[in-house]
Amino acid sequence: MRAKYVMSEVFLGLWRNISMTVAMIITMAVSLTMLGAGLLLYNQVDVIERYYQTNLEVVIYLDREITEEVTDQIHSDLRSNQYVAEVEFESKEKAWERFQETFSESEELIASVNSEVLPAAFRIKLKDIDNAPLLIEEYAGRDGVYQATNQREILDDVFNILGGAQKLTLIVALVQGVAALMLVANTIQVAAYSRRREVAIMKLVGAPNWFVQAPFVMEAVFAGIIGAIFAFGTLIAAKVFVIDGQFSNLFSLMPPVEWNSVILLLPILAGIAAVISAVTAWITLRFNIKV
Amino acid sequence: MPRYATHVLEPLDRGGALAARLRHVIQLEGVNKHYPRSNRPSVEDVNVFIDKGEFVFFIGPTGAGKSTIIKLLLREEVPDKGTITVGDMDVTKLRRWKVPAYRRSIGCVFQDFRLLPNRTAAENVAFALEVIGKPRSVARRVVPEVLELVGLGGKEHRYPHELSGGEQQRVAVARAFVNRPLLLLADEPTGNLDPDTSIEIMRLLDRISRTGTTIVMVTHDSNIVNQMRRRVIEIENGQIVRDQARGVYG
Ligand SMILES: Nc1ncnc2c1ncn2[C@@H]1O[C@H](COP(=O)(O)OP(=O)(O)OP(=O)(O)O)[C@@H](O)[C@H]1O
Ligand SMILES: [Mg+2]
Repeated sequence: MRAKYVMSEVFLGLWRNISMTVAMIITMAVSLTMLGAGLLLYNQVDVIERYYQTNLEVVIYLDREITEEVTDQIHSDLRSNQYVAEVEFESKEKAWERFQETFSESEELIASVNSEVLPAAFRIKLKDIDNAPLLIEEYAGRDGVYQATNQREILDDVFNILGGAQKLTLIVALVQGVAALMLVANTIQVAAYSRRREVAIMKLVGAPNWFVQAPFVMEAVFAGIIGAIFAFGTLIAAKVFVIDGQFSNLFSLMPPVEWNSVILLLPILAGIAAVISAVTAWITLRFNIKV
Repeated sequence: MPRYATHVLEPLDRGGALAARLRHVIQLEGVNKHYPRSNRPSVEDVNVFIDKGEFVFFIGPTGAGKSTIIKLLLREEVPDKGTITVGDMDVTKLRRWKVPAYRRSIGCVFQDFRLLPNRTAAENVAFALEVIGKPRSVARRVVPEVLELVGLGGKEHRYPHELSGGEQQRVAVARAFVNRPLLLLADEPTGNLDPDTSIEIMRLLDRISRTGTTIVMVTHDSNIVNQMRRRVIEIENGQIVRDQARGVYG
């Protein structure tokens, strides 16, 4: 029965101040969307790292005029190298096949490239990809070696981009979050003012403090959870229409963003929103409702 | 029957102190209150002992400190010095979270009624029960009873704006009394009422006083004080200048 009173006060409060409620929910939703995106990126970096851990390789491209002896020498040296797990030789012909395969969709590009241009190469899997720089240093200057590259470095660029995007989303989340919390504080102040008579009487007759505060805190929590649900909806839409839809080609290079990690965002975002809103409301009340 | 004997004898000493305390529902000892933004103390070295069931008037010129004493008793303000005991509770040492429980033992009425305009008379009284967690069944039983007691039988479903000032104050008294408090505080309860209506409210308070409820009432109304002939405590500049049993306004 008391719960019923609290709930009716909560909805009355949100309704009485509807423009503020909407503003609060929108800023909350934007902030949480950004936070959710940031968390997804964080998770994605992890997923990509794990995905490529086993697939990364060092590629040593050979000079085009290399003799067979030198090639064999390098091959056997590589096989006995302490860092190396597996070596695979890729002849010019094979390189050309791979190139055609990779760019099968752009015939013009294939036509414009001379099949002789592509060098033969050794594709090397390391026991530990972190040792790649050591191996590269060893072979980069060697006779017959045209270039030694580490795919890890290319991946680092991807990580830098993801990391940058992640920072950006977190900054926007923070700024919007601060704005959202200020709106929460303001909403609570307005609510405390419009309910000042009830509050005064409740305190006079000895209603417990938690009961006096409950409708206000619940108002903030409610707005926070609605904001989280909107943010969740936005992230779902982003996955369906952007990641899996329009830009699916772009995203096909890396492992997909999994539904599991998207779904997991709902409880996380709702929880964060609820707790932070409640704390903000409670602190605001301490300044507005004196015991 | 040694067990029985100790049971009776042992608490005797403490029982004596307890009895003294129970006799004095209110004890103010050396109470001082100086508001931070005021240039002089509003209450200064006030010593008052009020017994259970007493009816006490606080009178004095405006700004004397009467309302401040009410606020101290309500624990809306805390004294700078001295101790305040109400019932068996030391109000000055009361922890913040215990204040609501303390206030449940006190009823309070003000000059401006303080009713909720969007609730009927019955709902206003029920609100006081509801927010302290009394089940609705209790409210259904007790609210009509207390409204009958204050003479509002038949007007339970009127909103405050549909009631006269005197009737609104009756609702406020009903709300203050519905929990059967130990103590009823009234700060100029007739301040907004005409003389006839004031007398009616006084009759009501007198009836409540006869149930054993201690009543402390602040007033400027000399007629009321002179007619009732109860204990009168006069305050000036925060100090007690007169404390008289069966006193007059003076
Ligand atoms: N919150 C406050 N801050 C500063 N000074 C205050 C505060 N409340 C009251 N005072 C001062 O304390 C003194 C006593 O005030 P109080 O309200 O107790 O007077 P009162 O006897 O009830 O007067 P009245 O008969 O006009 O109601 C006054 O001088 C008043 O200005
Ligand atoms: Mg006053």
